[in-house]
Amino acid sequence: MEKSFKVIAETGIHARPATLLVQAASKFDADVHLQYKEKKVNLKSIMGVMSLGIGQGADITIIAEGSDEADALNTIEETLKREGLAE
Amino acid sequence: MSFLQGIAASNGIAIAKAYRLVEPDFSFEKKTVDSPEQEVARFQSALKTAKDELEQIRTRADKELGADKAAIFEAHLLVLSDPELISPIEDKINSENVNAEHALKETADMFVSMFESMDNEYMKERAADIRDVTKRVLAHLLGIQIPNPSMVTEEVIIVAEDLTPSDTAQLNREFVKGFTTNIGGRTSHSAIMARSMEIPAVVGTKTATTEINNGDLVVVDGLKGEVHINPTPEMLEEYKQQQADYAKQKAEWAKLVNEKTVTADGQHVELAANIGTPKDLKGVVENGGEAVGLYRTEFLYMDRDQLPTEEEQFTAYKAVLEGMEGKPVVVRTLDIGGDKELPYLNLPKEMNPFLGFRAIRLCLEEQDIFRTQLRALLRASVFGNLKIMFPMIATLVEFRQAKGMLEEEKQKLQSEGIQVADKIELGIMVEIPSTAVLADQFAKEVDFFSIGTNDLIQYTMAADRMNQQVSYLYQPYNPSILRLVKMVIDAAHKEGKWAGMCGEMAGDETAIPLLIGLGLDEFSMSATSILKARSLIRNLSKADMEVLAEKALQMGTTEEVVEVVQSTVSSL
Repeated sequence: MEKSFKVIAETGIHARPATLLVQAASKFDADVHLQYKEKKVNLKSIMGVMSLGIGQGADITIIAEGSDEADALNTIEETLKREGLAE
Repeated sequence: MSFLQGIAASNGIAIAKAYRLVEPDFSFEKKTVDSPEQEVARFQSALKTAKDELEQIRTRADKELGADKAAIFEAHLLVLSDPELISPIEDKINSENVNAEHALKETADMFVSMFESMDNEYMKERAADIRDVTKRVLAHLLGIQIPNPSMVTEEVIIVAEDLTPSDTAQLNREFVKGFTTNIGGRTSHSAIMARSMEIPAVVGTKTATTEINNGDLVVVDGLKGEVHINPTPEMLEEYKQQQADYAKQKAEWAKLVNEKTVTADGQHVELAANIGTPKDLKGVVENGGEAVGLYRTEFLYMDRDQLPTEEEQFTAYKAVLEGMEGKPVVVRTLDIGGDKELPYLNLPKEMNPFLGFRAIRLCLEEQDIFRTQLRALLRASVFGNLKIMFPMIATLVEFRQAKGMLEEEKQKLQSEGIQVADKIELGIMVEIPSTAVLADQFAKEVDFFSIGTNDLIQYTMAADRMNQQVSYLYQPYNPSILRLVKMVIDAAHKEGKWAGMCGEMAGDETAIPLLIGLGLDEFSMSATSILKARSLIRNLSKADMEVLAEKALQMGTTEEVVEVVQSTVSSL
């Protein structure tokens, strides 16, 4: 399963938002990845997410695969919206 | 028991157990292991201990510093759970049969260099985070303890080679009772910090870190510059008595907090404080400071990896001006270079940094940096009584250029509709002999002088103040220095301007009688020296001190001056 978002946070996805996303993804068994441009990183890896340097206006896609993929995707979408990171 | 002689850097006596703040040795060798399974288990156990430790630090930081500051530790914890870091380390141990230390270091270094190579300053900073957390795991693998002074839970005396601004920021003021270092002098950062934290300190002991072990009972005598390690019971009793006496003396001085600083014959002088950050204001108020005579703005620029923004500076200047509630605040513009470096400016190393590209010289060249600071100051000017001074002025042309830029920024702000105070006094630091000698000409154009004695003495005596072998030439009472000081004060008064002093000398008991006699208007010193100075000045008669100063100016050596001051003042 996958879903695309547009980053709206002024500072992009820096340390604090990255921390929240990784914490959210790590709760699930499913493999969760984040794709930005042609790069795809493990969303359970803080260093992976931060290494992308995602800024405001970036188009990102979250991909979840595994038994609880739907739950995982929902939780991450909630986090993105609640924190005003992406829509 | 043993004893170390150092330099008394901050008054008072502290007695507590030693806490060594010394970077441990992280060196190890690459080894082949027989059982990779056992090695992975050893790695996981070190990892778990490191995580537990970080979890504790996070909880404590959350409670004491707030969620904002604790967030960084949450990110650190995630790094230690990062599958992209952990799996490669375990794979490496399994496939190459190497020790965990080696696998950890290799893998972490790869991530560190990846982040360091990014062209985003923020990302570069993350490299330090990764290095920091992996070091914690490495320490557990090697069985060594990383010092963490922010976590102490009993009273301690910090023992270190030297203390950097970031070390001191981490110190838990509740438990740190004093400190002692191997290097440094009365004007080094560690000494200045100790005085602003109001804790006793002895610096420049040369061997504190080799002589003192964790847990040793240490007496730091910041009055005499002595450090006693595991003192005898008799000596300990004696020091406890001295500690009590000193506390009593301080209580006596404290009665003068709201008193005016007037000499015995009714002449008023202003006692001001030197500060480095808005946090120091508390000490200024508690010690009855009548003004801020020197706000060192360098600290805004230090311990970071990029220049502070106009907004950050504005916030700090506004806080200080508002905190002083209309009392004068003299802000010194950026004084970087010499012994104060800013790595992110990538300035070339110099053979003679104290004589080189520093302070106003740098600001006149790097105008973007200077103008940003001037704008922030001008915007803050409406929130209090701001006075601006330029450091290291050697020629009138430099002063005119700096003043010109200030005027330009003022006009720009006003045309943007931003309010700026009508009258902002503009002065200079007098710390270069050429400026002292030509003070009569400067006095026609500046609003005030502030004599920076630490540099003025170093430049007049041609003696590097960081070099201990020539430290005997640091002679504030040398008649040559006194004559320069007199030239500056007389030149100011002739033009109806005022003259202050913001170097160490302004708070010195031997210098104060002479300076009163020479007619100094403002004395700016460590906040903790103010009450003592006030108590001294109230017992001095200006008329008598004028006679004393006249005598001193006609003497040949420092020793003769000290003698005449001591005989005169003790007879009062």
